[in-house]
Amino acid sequence: MDDDIKAQLEAERRSRKELAEAAAAARQGSGTAAPSAGSAGTALNEVKYDTDLYGSSDKYAGYDMSIDVGGDDDHIPQKDRFSITAPRELIEELQHAGEGADEDPLKEIQRMRGINRVIAERESDYQKRRHARQLSGDAAEGAAGTSYATAMRKVQLENEQAELVAKIKKAQEQAAEQADEAQPRRRWDVETPVHPASAPAKRNRWDQTPADIRPAETPRRSRWDETPRDAGGALGETPRRARSRWDETPVMAGSAFGATPARPGGMATPSASEIAASAKLGGAAQPVVADARNAYQTDEGLDALLPAEGYEIVEPPASYVPIRTPARKLMATPAPMQGSEGFHIPEESRRPDIELPKEVPGIGPLPFFKQEDMQFFGRLLDGQNEDDLAADERRERQVLRLLLKIKNGAQPMRKAAMRQISERAREFGAAAIFNQVLPLLMAPSLEDQERHLLVKVIDRAMLRLGDLVQPFVHKILVVIEPMLIDEDRYARAEGCEIISNLSKAAGLPAMISTMRPDIDHADDYVRNTTARALSVVASALGVPALLPFLKAVCRSKKSWQARQTGIRTVRQIAILVKSGILPHLRGLVDCIGHGLEDENQAVRLATALALAALAEAAAPYGIESFDTVIKPLWVGIRKHRGKGLAAFLKAIGFIIPLMDVEYANSYTREVMVILIREFQSPDEHMKNIVLQVVKQCVASPGVPAQYVKDEVLPEFFRNFWVRRMALERRQYYQVVETTVELAAKVGGAEVIGRIVLHLKDESPVYRNMVMEAISRITKSLGALDIEGRLEELLIDGVLYAFQEQAGEGKTVLDGFGVVVDGLGVRAKPYLQQITSALLWRLNNQNPQIRQQAADLVARIAPVMKTCGEDELMGRVSIMLYEYLGEEYPEVLGSILGGLRSIVNVIGMADMQPPIGDLLPRLTPILKNRHEKVQENCIDLVGRIADRGAEYVSAREWMRSCFSLLDLLRANKMSIRRAAVNTFGYIAKAIGPQDVLATLLNNLKVQERQNRVCTTVAIAIVAETCAPFTVLPALMNEYRVPELNVQNGVLKSLSFLFEYIGDMGRDYVNAVTPLLEDALVDRDLVHRQQAASVIKHMALGVAGLNNEEPVLHLLNYLWPNIFETSPHSICAVLEAIESCRVCLGPGRIMQYALQGLFHPARKVREVYWRIYNMMYLGSQPALVAFYPRIEDTAANTYRRYELDYIL
Amino acid sequence: MDKFGMHNQTENLFAKHPGTGHADTTRHQWLTNQHRDTLAHYVADDSMALFIAMVEGESVARTRSDMLQRMRQPCGPAPPAATGT
Repeated sequence: MDDDIKAQLEAERRSRKELAEAAAAARQGSGTAAPSAGSAGTALNEVKYDTDLYGSSDKYAGYDMSIDVGGDDDHIPQKDRFSITAPRELIEELQHAGEGADEDPLKEIQRMRGINRVIAERESDYQKRRHARQLSGDAAEGAAGTSYATAMRKVQLENEQAELVAKIKKAQEQAAEQADEAQPRRRWDVETPVHPASAPAKRNRWDQTPADIRPAETPRRSRWDETPRDAGGALGETPRRARSRWDETPVMAGSAFGATPARPGGMATPSASEIAASAKLGGAAQPVVADARNAYQTDEGLDALLPAEGYEIVEPPASYVPIRTPARKLMATPAPMQGSEGFHIPEESRRPDIELPKEVPGIGPLPFFKQEDMQFFGRLLDGQNEDDLAADERRERQVLRLLLKIKNGAQPMRKAAMRQISERAREFGAAAIFNQVLPLLMAPSLEDQERHLLVKVIDRAMLRLGDLVQPFVHKILVVIEPMLIDEDRYARAEGCEIISNLSKAAGLPAMISTMRPDIDHADDYVRNTTARALSVVASALGVPALLPFLKAVCRSKKSWQARQTGIRTVRQIAILVKSGILPHLRGLVDCIGHGLEDENQAVRLATALALAALAEAAAPYGIESFDTVIKPLWVGIRKHRGKGLAAFLKAIGFIIPLMDVEYANSYTREVMVILIREFQSPDEHMKNIVLQVVKQCVASPGVPAQYVKDEVLPEFFRNFWVRRMALERRQYYQVVETTVELAAKVGGAEVIGRIVLHLKDESPVYRNMVMEAISRITKSLGALDIEGRLEELLIDGVLYAFQEQAGEGKTVLDGFGVVVDGLGVRAKPYLQQITSALLWRLNNQNPQIRQQAADLVARIAPVMKTCGEDELMGRVSIMLYEYLGEEYPEVLGSILGGLRSIVNVIGMADMQPPIGDLLPRLTPILKNRHEKVQENCIDLVGRIADRGAEYVSAREWMRSCFSLLDLLRANKMSIRRAAVNTFGYIAKAIGPQDVLATLLNNLKVQERQNRVCTTVAIAIVAETCAPFTVLPALMNEYRVPELNVQNGVLKSLSFLFEYIGDMGRDYVNAVTPLLEDALVDRDLVHRQQAASVIKHMALGVAGLNNEEPVLHLLNYLWPNIFETSPHSICAVLEAIESCRVCLGPGRIMQYALQGLFHPARKVREVYWRIYNMMYLGSQPALVAFYPRIEDTAANTYRRYELDYIL
Repeated sequence: MDKFGMHNQTENLFAKHPGTGHADTTRHQWLTNQHRDTLAHYVADDSMALFIAMVEGESVARTRSDMLQRMRQPCGPAPPAATGT
């Protein structure tokens, strides 16, 4: 018995060895081995056994040597296993509930708070279609696997398939409809048609072609999520499910299950769809693992469970590869449906945590390692010896490791890895990099930050690889294109950058031939992104280069999709290039013009929008280019309705402003009829466009005011100045904009007269809207034409709106200020009334009302001065002064702001209360921690110190100085700056000596920020009171043998020279000995600070005949170039740069030549850096200073032109 | 860490300019760049071009075109790697 087992084991071992040898041979033969084969190969141990004793392994000749883990599909009786199963609908629902069902409760919390970093989860339905695209079709290893012809054929095939699928679906639906007519529908949740066009209101998608009816996403979290999704559904599918509209659920291009053509041997990366599928399933697979029955069992656990004797731990079979793709794991160990065996209490104690590695060999500790990362980076964890691998494989692993560092590492690690990958890009090769990065970018669990980093990797790699990227153009496009329609502006910009770099690297022909197949793709999503990508290519390589191609595409007879894509490309070009299209305008318009009369509505729509974009980009030039399209446009607006009409109107709206005066007039009259008719349209988009077009038409000088007054105004106000309009933000703005434009045409009084009564409307939002319109009209047109009754009504309404205002909005406040400002002297009769309202409201219990009142004071103070109401103002300011004890900081800030504006208009001398009383009250307020209070207070104090310092005693000023020291630490830059400036004013007022003494004492304190701010203040004092008043004391302070003080002095000097600029020429000689001393100090910071002093000094005195001391200092500075601390080397190199500016590059060149070819690399590196900086800074000047090098036998190195003498 | 931690953006800047060098730049590369810079300067500067043309007794246009031609390989072919530095 025992012997028998031993014999079996032995046989097994031998067979494994044979297999390993075979695998090794295969690897050497093919050069590139699939990773799975490699990992299996080294898992073996090479122990020799006595074959003669144990016999041979013949008796297993007929058997399988290993268990096939790939698993034939028919081995897993998934469906038939349970007698009781869930209802069909629920199973189907599970299949559809892909996105919303996640299993991480933390994510749920994050989602509730509106945080979602995973890109795939916040995508709209439309954006999700990117997952349907395939990354690495059959281009093995990225070599030029797909020829243009095959790509075309493939797309054609896919298109046909999509058509066919759509047809079949339609037929099925019809059949179902007929069958359903008798009985009510049950699957309400699956059959709801969703038009992506109408679903998200904020996203302007209506200009897309209407997408087909697609199954609604039903993200519901039910108990049924716990069970694994029934993946069996994918098995029975046609082998290649091309992109259909039904691909909301993960596309399982059957390859994941081995049913379709096996992967080409050399292809290391799994195809995108496979990853997508497996990752989607990963979510479902997790519960399987988490189930106690399937849980991972540790060695200790097994030891405890099994008896110690009679068992032997065997090696895993040779061909065993650990399952890493969760999808297959799911297939391998089907968990029972919950509920199939009744309820059971989950055992908690036995469930060990599923351990994700925190540390990856060769990388070190990572901040995190996610479940999803296993798929991509699992390879790094299999503990193989790298030396055994082929060169390619090793390189791939290196790249993977770097990518993992970039993706998951902390900042320093990430930066180092990023630099490494970009420096060694050529060494790694395009295939090794892109085959790893691109699938990662397609991962469904990708987050913003990760995407940003990986895209950066692509960019850097592309920069280094140059035209080597060519085989990867399509793959990169597939990955990057979706970023072009991302909601995030920066993501879009990033995408643009990449594609434009790509097109520069790969060249136009490559780009065109890669994108050509996608142009008439059946999927609207693909076409849309392709159009955008093409437009980026056009902007990168120049529009004329792409124009012939676009012309051909736009005239395509074969398919309307191609025409639409071409026209969309033109639109995107216009949006991207802006006025840069002007030279090519005629060409572009001719290229798309015929589309207005196309038989397909989508093409007509795209054309009109493209024309609108072109006209917008070209404004105000280029009307002659649009000659050919004007007629069809104007004919079109009579023919079309709905969306088509809206697009045509939009185009017209943008073309009219380009026209000559008389043409604009007549065309406006023609279009106005339609516009007025559409005023009543219930469609939001139509309304927005109509408003836009009215605005553009009215702005054109050719349209007479009388016509607008008679024809447009009545209808306009009747339809648009209604309460409902204020509810939607976009319309709110559009209506206000258009009204302002109308007022510019017909006069402010006319328009204000029509809306002024609405100021007393009961809806606050609507009042806001009216107020905004009035304030913008008054601001731009003034209030001169508002007279008599209207004036009274206006003030009345504004006051009413002010008193009734709710919330924080600034609109009413601004409006009030603008109206009163506009009325100027004419506001005098109302000021009494306004002031009493103000005073009453200052006294209000509600802090918000008090704040608004104080804010209003700040706004109307200038008008009160104009009206000569000084006395009234005095009353207000005394009132404000009395409220300085206010406890709400926001209100206190506003009160200080009010006081400041009164002080500004009234002047220091006439101020009530007198300045001498005011300032002592302000000094304690300076200690307030609230930013708004600090800012307003320091402003007020600064102004008093500037203008009216003599009203306050020197002692009082010294007291404020001490309070100001605290403000030097404020977080807000403007506060610090104001504080520093105030120091200057005070120093000027009471002489620098006392202030300086305070400040120099402050240098001794421990806190760093305080010292830094003090140094700034010293520099400011020096600037305002001339440096010679400060420098002696400052330099004397350097003699204090204390690091902090000396460094503080150096820092002050640095700021001082920065501020005084060319005034510094008189002081260079004075400070040189001090700097000499600092530059030879042992303390690193001394030298660093001295370097920064030299930097500012040399820049300040450049060209002022101070070369001698600067050169002297440079000699002291130069030995510091080998500093290693980042701050000091930075300071030193910057100082050398300034010296270059001051002394000229020739001098620095002489210094740099000493080390450019030094035998020690470390030396060379620094010197080359200095050389490069110099080269970037003043390359032309260097021409004269390059050294003279004698010719060698093969090369001429002399620049003989320099020897020419005429 | 990196010696020039704060400067690593300049690395990218340098990479965009072919005339810059690094620790492994050979004498020949460096001088070739110098020559190209010099020639570019002569071609772009009207008075320099005129001066050189007068000395050489050629027309300005021909001088310019010659210099442009020379920019392809101003110092002759690169020496083999061993003798490069």
